[in-house]
Amino acid sequence: MKRIALLGMPNTGKSTLFNRITGGTARVGNWPGITVELHSGKVMFGSDLVEIIDLPGLYDLHGFSDDEQVVRHFLHDNVPDLALVIVNATQIERQLSLLLQLKQLNMNIVVLLNMADEAKKYGIGIDDKKMSELLGLPIFLLSAKYGTGYAEAMLSVTKALRYPTPGMAEQLRSQLEQDVHLETEMAKVLQQAVHIPTQMPVNITEKLDRLLLHPWLGLPIFFGVMYLLFQGIFLFGQPLQNGVSWVFSWLREAAIAPLLSFLPGSLQGFLLDGLYNGVSTVAAFVPLIVLFFLFMAMVEDSGYLSRAAFLMDALMARLGLDGRSFVMLLMGFGCNVPALMGTRVMRSKSMRLLTMLVIPFSLCSARLQVFVFISAALFKPDTAALVLFSLYLFSFAAAILTALLFKHKFCNDEPFVLELPPYRFPTGYQIVMRGWLEIQHFLLRASKFIVSGVVLVWLLTNLPVSAAPASLDTLAGMIGVFLHPIFAPIGIDQQLTIALIFGAVAKEIVIGSLSVIYGLSGSALNGALTHHLDWVQAYSFMLFTLIYMPCISTIAILKSESKDLRYTLFSIAWSLVLAWLTSFIFYQGARALGY
Amino acid sequence: MPSNTLATLHPGDLATIVEIHADEALHKRLLALGFRSGKQIRLIRKASFSGPLQVRIGTTDILLRLNEAAKITVCQGTFRI
Repeated sequence: MKRIALLGMPNTGKSTLFNRITGGTARVGNWPGITVELHSGKVMFGSDLVEIIDLPGLYDLHGFSDDEQVVRHFLHDNVPDLALVIVNATQIERQLSLLLQLKQLNMNIVVLLNMADEAKKYGIGIDDKKMSELLGLPIFLLSAKYGTGYAEAMLSVTKALRYPTPGMAEQLRSQLEQDVHLETEMAKVLQQAVHIPTQMPVNITEKLDRLLLHPWLGLPIFFGVMYLLFQGIFLFGQPLQNGVSWVFSWLREAAIAPLLSFLPGSLQGFLLDGLYNGVSTVAAFVPLIVLFFLFMAMVEDSGYLSRAAFLMDALMARLGLDGRSFVMLLMGFGCNVPALMGTRVMRSKSMRLLTMLVIPFSLCSARLQVFVFISAALFKPDTAALVLFSLYLFSFAAAILTALLFKHKFCNDEPFVLELPPYRFPTGYQIVMRGWLEIQHFLLRASKFIVSGVVLVWLLTNLPVSAAPASLDTLAGMIGVFLHPIFAPIGIDQQLTIALIFGAVAKEIVIGSLSVIYGLSGSALNGALTHHLDWVQAYSFMLFTLIYMPCISTIAILKSESKDLRYTLFSIAWSLVLAWLTSFIFYQGARALGY
Repeated sequence: MPSNTLATLHPGDLATIVEIHADEALHKRLLALGFRSGKQIRLIRKASFSGPLQVRIGTTDILLRLNEAAKITVCQGTFRI
């Protein structure tokens, strides 16, 4: 099968074009020579099925960033039959350098000058015939977003695919150092084929930035936007999530449970409470992830995410992070899973890993449910609000402390030099496509891990068969007893330890598991909690629940996004240590003060 | 015309890039974003609390931090907007 590689600088609309060509049939996959996954899709060009690969954006073929290395290694080990080079027409002045570097590799190249509509607005005139003549390459003006010029360009791609694939010479690397030659060629092409006005017209972007990046108003507006985004995702997300779990429990009662009724009780339990629950845990994330990326695609494609980086950088730089990390950290307060997936906008691996280490400390809505329940049971209403607020403070403190402690271990080696693209209207197609690709990614990468995790917890809390579920005689109970010397100093007894093991599945399960453990529910469970715990123990338990290992779904995503088991284990271990230390200091401190 | 760095400019200032004193990785990135000696550069705004700068070269707007901006010597133009 012939192979087309999409190449271009960041912010050229490369992914938009990729989505237009592949039409949502894209898959993620691994390639020889590189460790990251790339999107690729199979498309008919003329009468041939062709594979098209979306390579990461790069500024310089000889650059040192993670993405630039990926592209270099990819081209080295997988010479494409055709390189489709995307150039942002509004920035042709500087993007030509990459095109000339790529031209030196002697590949079959078709050049697409994207955002032709925007360039026209700026008053940039490009003589594509002249330019094509000077460079000796087929060149097309188009708008990938709106599709103008698209058909013509694709026709030429079909034609170009008929040429034989040139082999890549080994000495190309050294050849590639002739940048002086590039400069003169670049100047010649620009002078003869491109007209750029000396003064850019004041456009809408500039006017918007005057307000949105205002020295005093910028930050309040940013927090306002974040608040709306957050509310939007979870306002729509929660009912959808409830809907999905309703459908799953209805299906269970109406069809699956009766179907399995001939099986022995414990096997039924395994299939229903283990396997089926695992599947519905995965399903409950689907609406949330789709919504998250619908909103994120809007923020990202509109250009506001780079503005967030500008506004928050002063603070985040001290933590070894940047403004985009902050956006994801905030989104983590809704749900850690999509927030972790969202860190993919950060192109520096070390900064991404540091951000992913910090996000699981965000007090997500699942944990909030647990805290609302427990604080309502053990505190007076006005104190309960204060308790919740203090837990948010602990959440931020844990995140900041973690970033400060580990910023040198995950030291960002890429320079913070970012492009600030003009504001653009994202199209509905772009947004929906993003949601679709992300949900595919999530289901493909994380579902197996999540289901096995849920099954494992079921086994722990139900085996041996002779023991009452979730009692001290089960494996989980034995672990609770075994760990008692560790948990006693923080005021957590064996029963609560079992609840913590349940909480690994999803933190909101902690409450449900308490009712199984105590054999009570509703207000009776409230009573049991007040009977078994005093407020110091309860608060210590909540602190531990806040900080200790993230839920199975979060762990699954940590692993699939980092592709590093050691990193994932480290993240879990650190959260356990930090949780224990925090609870220990609180519990012993409070007891020492006589509470 | 005094010679100073990009970090010492004020919002609205127009200047010409004289020299870039950066390591290779940063240098390459800056080159690709259009930073070259002799190019005109305008400082659009500075973020609060010693945050990053927004500069414009040609049609590209770029964010960079103060310590990176300090590595770029510029020669300030004679006029302001």
